[in-house]
Amino acid sequence: MHDEKIIDQLSDLISSFICYAGSHLPDDVDAKLKEMATIETEGFAPTIYKAMADNMEIADRLKRPSCQDTGIIQFFVKVGTKYPYQNELGEALEQAVLKATDRAPLRHNAVQIFDEINTGNNVGVRVPWVDMELVPDRDDIEVYVYMAGGGCSLPGMAKVLMPLEGYEGIVRVIFDQMTSYGVNACPPCLVGVGIAGSAEVAAKLSKKALLRPVGSHNPNPKAAMMEEELEKGLNAVGLGPGGLSGKLSVMGVNIEQAARHPATLAVGISTACWAHRRACIKINPDMSYDFVTSKGVKL
Amino acid sequence: MSIYHLTTPVSDEDIAKLHIGDVIYLTGDITTGRDDVHHRVVIQGRECPVDLKGKAVFHAGPIMKKLEDGSYTCVAVGPTTSMRMEKAEAEFLEATGVKIIIGKGGMGPKTTAGCKASKAVHTIFPGGCAVVAAECIEKVKGVEWLDLGMPEAMWQFQGKEFGPLIVSIDSYGENLIDNNKIAFNEKKEAIVEELYKKVQFMH
Repeated sequence: MHDEKIIDQLSDLISSFICYAGSHLPDDVDAKLKEMATIETEGFAPTIYKAMADNMEIADRLKRPSCQDTGIIQFFVKVGTKYPYQNELGEALEQAVLKATDRAPLRHNAVQIFDEINTGNNVGVRVPWVDMELVPDRDDIEVYVYMAGGGCSLPGMAKVLMPLEGYEGIVRVIFDQMTSYGVNACPPCLVGVGIAGSAEVAAKLSKKALLRPVGSHNPNPKAAMMEEELEKGLNAVGLGPGGLSGKLSVMGVNIEQAARHPATLAVGISTACWAHRRACIKINPDMSYDFVTSKGVKL
Repeated sequence: MSIYHLTTPVSDEDIAKLHIGDVIYLTGDITTGRDDVHHRVVIQGRECPVDLKGKAVFHAGPIMKKLEDGSYTCVAVGPTTSMRMEKAEAEFLEATGVKIIIGKGGMGPKTTAGCKASKAVHTIFPGGCAVVAAECIEKVKGVEWLDLGMPEAMWQFQGKEFGPLIVSIDSYGENLIDNNKIAFNEKKEAIVEELYKKVQFMH
């Protein structure tokens, strides 16, 4: 039996969280873009960075989504095994999307495969996309929302390399993708990389890498070194904001990995545009919360 | 780099003044049209329901809000990835007489040739700046093909000083983003070779 009152309360809270996430950048992204703007002082870059800053200011003032592409709504949820409303959670997430579509308002972005009909409410087959992980001995949930826009989803790819291609093969794939598709994905992007044994694991990890804060590093020292070197290397290419060239290219590179099969080396790439609308909230059973990615904000 | 303030309908003479890297602020008729509109006009050969001659097509799928009186207001409207329309843009220009394409990122050789043949330009509005763009829209004049859904319909806007629009393809066959990509790829090879030495993790 679903507790309708709980579904209502939880979906209200998560819908407010989605609305806020659509209009504001998380603290880490905001700080990084401000830092990059001080370096990008030539050519078209200052014009673009100014438009970006103005845009966020107007979106906050008018309480509107900052980008028209509010994406397919994706949730990545860590669920405590002692969380009392596991039964209601799936329904509450879907209700939250319906409410946010009306309130924000969000653009209608769910197009049914084969029927090719836009559902008009951001709910469709397996959408909102929900990815859940269980966390032992906790009684709360940690909800990440990600607005997967079209532009930043287009560079996404996964490929299984032969191990003899080595990590050099991974470097090649990332650079080729970023200098072709990356230019159109509203740079400066955050680049998420997954390395694993098969395509779907690498792809999923590349998206999870985007949920990590800008400037954070993989705990494995070799991975952290590779993150830094890829960031430096991509920046040296100088895509600039909007691909209009500049001194920098990316907000950073985040890598996540899973052990591979001896015969495969899979790489997945996901990119987040500069308007990286990912947000995280921890919700307790009594509906009190901690807005992790926008400290101090009350919903 | 020059700055131009243009008003629709835009003439061939206006277009002839423009070169890659110039910036336009556009006043007048700006109509959205993206994947499905290009599909209908070019691939299915249907007649475009909006007169676009001398006007601007905006690669964009806005967030629109319906008001109580049945009219619409534009909440947010930034550019979408223009490259998706590469397959059909040259024919779209020829069929409609559009003079200014507004989008983001680059377009390819077919559109570059199309802009030269049809005396048109492709321009870039800063990506993700959708409320800045919405603030440049004075009026929603109408909508066509709403059966395609909110993002794909043809929304007819009255723009005022809509910009900055950076000319990325001009009517002389020049392509700013292609030029940038050549420069990026030249730099890339040396950087990648250096990086290879640092990722020797196999043993």
